[in-house]
This record gives sequence, C-alpha cells and structure tokens, in this order.
Amino acid sequence: MADAKVELIDVHKEFPIRAGEASAVRAVHDLNLDIYDGEFFALLGPSGCGKTTTLRLIAGFEQPTAGKILIDGRPMHGVPAFYRPVNTVFQDYALFPHMTVLQNVMFGLQMDRVPKQEAQRRAVEALELVRLPNAMNRKPREMSGGQQQRVALARAIVKRPKVLLLDEPLGALDLKLRREMQLELKEMQQQVGITFVYVTHDQEEALTMANRIGVMSSGELLQVGRPEEIYESPATRFVADFIGETNFLNGTVNTTDDEYAYVDVNGETELAGMWEDSVKPQQQVTLAVRPERIAIRPYNEAPDDSDRSARAEETNTIAGHVVSVHYMGTDTRYMVRVGGGQAINVRVQNVLGQRTTSFKERDAVILNWGRDSTRILTH
Amino acid sequence: MAARVTTRSEHKAGGILLALPALLWLGLFFLLPLIIVLIISLMSRGSGGSAVLPFTFDQYTRVFDTFWIVLQRSILVALLTTAICLVAGYPLAYFITRRKTAFGRQFALFLVILPFWTNFLIRTYAWRVILGREGLVNNALLNAGLITEPLTLLNTEFAVVLGLVYGFLPFMVLPIYASLSRFDHRYIEAANDLGANDVTSFWRIMLPLTMPGVIAGCILVFIPAIGTFVTSDLLGGTRGLMIGNLIQNQYSGNGNMPLGAALSVVMMMVVVVALLFYARFGEEKK
Repeated sequence: MADAKVELIDVHKEFPIRAGEASAVRAVHDLNLDIYDGEFFALLGPSGCGKTTTLRLIAGFEQPTAGKILIDGRPMHGVPAFYRPVNTVFQDYALFPHMTVLQNVMFGLQMDRVPKQEAQRRAVEALELVRLPNAMNRKPREMSGGQQQRVALARAIVKRPKVLLLDEPLGALDLKLRREMQLELKEMQQQVGITFVYVTHDQEEALTMANRIGVMSSGELLQVGRPEEIYESPATRFVADFIGETNFLNGTVNTTDDEYAYVDVNGETELAGMWEDSVKPQQQVTLAVRPERIAIRPYNEAPDDSDRSARAEETNTIAGHVVSVHYMGTDTRYMVRVGGGQAINVRVQNVLGQRTTSFKERDAVILNWGRDSTRILTH
Repeated sequence: MAARVTTRSEHKAGGILLALPALLWLGLFFLLPLIIVLIISLMSRGSGGSAVLPFTFDQYTRVFDTFWIVLQRSILVALLTTAICLVAGYPLAYFITRRKTAFGRQFALFLVILPFWTNFLIRTYAWRVILGREGLVNNALLNAGLITEPLTLLNTEFAVVLGLVYGFLPFMVLPIYASLSRFDHRYIEAANDLGANDVTSFWRIMLPLTMPGVIAGCILVFIPAIGTFVTSDLLGGTRGLMIGNLIQNQYSGNGNMPLGAALSVVMMMVVVVALLFYARFGEEKK
C-alpha cells in the first residue's frame, strides 16, 4: 500500500466542561488511523460519534488534547488551519454569500497569491470539472442545493489540496440527487487523484463510495477495513448492527474447531459460525447473520438445489414459525420465531418468474444459511 | 360555490387605507413644517428676528460665507465621532456576540444600554465635572505629579467629540451587534480553510457581511452628532460651536428666523446625503 497521507497517532480530544455538564466531553478517544495516498476513506458513524471532530482535527479547526496528527509526513501540531495542505467541503457548504460563484472559487487561490489570470483560468477549470461552467457570475443563494454543493466542491479542489475533507457533503440533498452525486464524487476523486476523507452517517453512502471505511462510535474507532470486510466480518455487534441489517442470536458455545464455533441457541439447536476473537466452550456469545443470507422453506419440504445454502453439512438449520410478513417491493421480509423464543428476520428477493413460495403468518418453516455467513461476536 | 377572489386593485386600495393615518400624520407634522421652513429660509429678516418679505437668497449666501467654518467643523466633528464609535464599537459588539451563554450576551448588552437610564443632559454635565480645570482628570494628574498646570480639556473640540462618542456609542454597537449575531462564524472557518488568516478573513468575509450593521450604526451616530447642540454647548463652549447651536441661537432671543431656517435646510441636505449613502450601501444585499 502507498504511504500514509494522514496519520493520526493516539489522538485524544476532550472539550472543556461547559455550564450544565458534569464532566469534560470526550469526543475522540485513542484514535490511531492511517489514511493512504489517493484513497477514498469514509469515516462512518452515528451522530455524535466523533467523526466530525476527527475531521475538524485534521483540518485544524480543533487542536487535539493529546496525540499527534501528521499530514504528508509533517506534524501538524500548532499549524493553523490556513497553513494546512487540506481543504474542506462543509456540510452546509459555507459559500460566501457576498461573492459570486467565480469569486468563491478564486478566493483560495487569491490567498496563495496566484496571479489573477491564472487563478481565473484554474477556477473556470474547477467549475467545469463539477459541471457548472455557466454559473460563474451567480450568487450562491440563487442556486439550488445541488449546485451549491458543486460550487463548494470546486472551491475546495481548485487549490489541489493533498487531502480533501468532506463533512457529510450530500446530507442536505434529496435521495435521488444524493445517489447521482455519490457516483459523480467517486468518479471525480479518481479523476483528480486527491485523497478524500469523507464523513458520513449513511452506511450505504460509505459502502458505495469508499475504498476503506472506519466505523466510529462514542469517540472510538471500532473497525477499519474495505467495505466488504466491514460488511462481511464486522468486528463488533455495533458495527454489524450499524452497517446493514443483522440478526443477532444469543447462545452458549458448545465446542470449537479451527474455523467454527458451535453454539447452542435454544437448548436444542446448534448453529455454527466463524470466530475471530478466540472463544471457549461455555462462553456466552452472539451469532450474527444478515437477513438476505437466510433461505426459507416450508417445514416439510426438502432443501432446494438452488438454495444459497450450499451443502448440508456446512449449513445452519433451524425451525420456527412465521410471525409477520412484510412485502417491500424488491423483496419480502419475514420475521420468524425460532425455538427458544428468539426472532430472526429473513429477506427474500421477489424475483419475477420464480416459484412463489410466499408464507403466511403462523406457517411452520425451516431456515437455513451458510456457516460462512455467520459471525461469532464476543462484544 | 362562489369563491371570492381578491383582486390586485382591492389589495392596493386596502393598503392605502391602512397607510392613511401614517400619511396624514407625516403630511401634517413633517412635510408641512418642512415646506414652511423652506419658505422661511427664503425670506428676509424682520424686526426681532421674524421672517418678512421679500424673498431672497441672502440667508443661504450668509450660511456659506459667514458660517461655512461652523458647518465644516460640524461635519468634521460628526465624521470623527462616527469613526471613533465605529472603531470602538465594532470590537465591543464582537466581544458581546462571542459570549458563550445567552445570559452573558444579555448582560453585556444591558451594560451598553445602562447609561440611557440617566438623562442625557445630566450625563453630559457629569463630563464637565470630570473634564473641568479642577475636575477629576486634572486633579488626578496633578496629584500624581504628571502635570504642573491643569490641562484645558473642557470647552474644546476634543471634549465635544468625547461627549458625542460617549453619548452615541450604543447607537453604533446595537446595529453592529445585530449584524454580527446573524453572522455565521463557519464562514471564517471556510476562509481559514482556504488559506486566509484571521486578519484577511475579517476584511474579506466578516466586515463585508456585517456591512449593513456598520452602515446603519454610522448613520445612527452621524445624524444626531451633526445636529447636536446640547453636547457642544456644555462641553465645547465657543470653540466647539456647531451648526445645531447656531440654529438654536437664531430661534431664541434676538435671533434671525430666516437664517435659522436656511441653516436647518443645509443641515438637512447633509443628512439626506448620508441617507442616500445608506440606501446605496446599507441595504441587505440581494
């Protein structure tokens, strides 16, 4: 992997005590993170998890209470925001309302004392890159949210920063426009080759756009990995729950082997799952499985060859009865109560022409899914 | 079902009806007196300073010949007062907006307005006590051995400007405060992010975006300052004579009503110029 563009080493950030608060607010705790050259890195987490604070620490709007931040190998301690080789696309764009679009985009270049003609040429180029070549003389408030978003982007990339920081830049846009912009942003990032650090609370956005994702919660970085790693092997229950939908089943470990742990979930059924943290027999664990990985069939029917659940010996099987059915358009969602009282959500895609085995409430069913789709989580 | 549609002209008629009391008031007590003043300013001086025919431009000639120096001083004093209020008031307003709690801001604003609780005349008299030959300042400096002779502080243009700045500073602070509290400090972060240091950010971003408050404050200070007669009378003596004092003199005792009217008209013109300036630059930019 290429060398790190941004390095966060043991970064810690506390906000001072304010009136009405008992203790200092811990925003970021023991954060260690390398962001590599040219990658699209997404910081993902619910609001208040510290992801925006992390971004502001990199930008220089906040100083870490402890720890070090390096950008392009240079320590950033005491370096004010206006000397850092990064630029930011703000959540609400923060376009200067008294300047035209062109003036907004040229502002950063003027600060670098780029000659006027060259500054103008580069600003026009940047506006062409964001597909707004004809809006130069308009004021930000005359533009739609999507257009303002593009101006903010042009203003930030025109300085060719080492790292571009984006703070929920698509948060204010409607769903359709957001999807379009996701693809455009991703394309643009590859085109300009700038390292992107992208803060979002939208897991889908992170999964579609990022090369790597860092999941944060309560000021801590829980897991860093490629989207498929995060999705397929979540390290903690929080990550599994936050990224996509997950069923959690509580149980006790019976035995383990090299790959799998065999877990008793209700006193009669044993389910197997891949373990990562070492687990011992008798340990209380959580099994995690995605709803779309589970196949559902009538209680008396033999498994279908086309089932996703491969060979029988590598399959988890559990019986239950349907509690609720929700038709969702592209798929149907069943909630199934299994022996012992735990509930499992199953998502079945509604494929046209497929043999329609739709189930009703109270139908007895068999669920099965691959062992490799099952994770054993210990915390 | 006949839905009643209100037409545009009906709206207009309603608007005029609503504005009628205000229009009558303004016409009767503002426009009419203004016209009377204008007419008087074009008349000759009669016995006891009254206005008599024939019509003449003599009063205006005198305003620009004899009293040009007073007019000039008035404008300069008012401009200087405005400038000092601006330079002192902007940071003060900024300080108030940056208080962390709502209580902190309210309290600071309360302190700014507090002097209004005492009559303006009394407060101006207080400055005489402070600035006089045997006033607080001179006594303190003499006792400290910093001077041997009392300084002449009272009855100077300095005292007038000081009194005016003291009296009108809140009129500068409040509109700037209003503008600043609407100002989004994330613009400063954005400017920092793009490489502007704090000084550049102030000149390029904060000041332009709070300009409506600055212009409003300047107008609110400049207009009363140029028309002042209490402050200049009490603190300026003869050396601080302003156009307001001249006008006052023309209308009292052995005065000259037409001359007073002409001075008033000229002063009004200066104010109109200031207001035109406001209309041009002070409006929220669309």
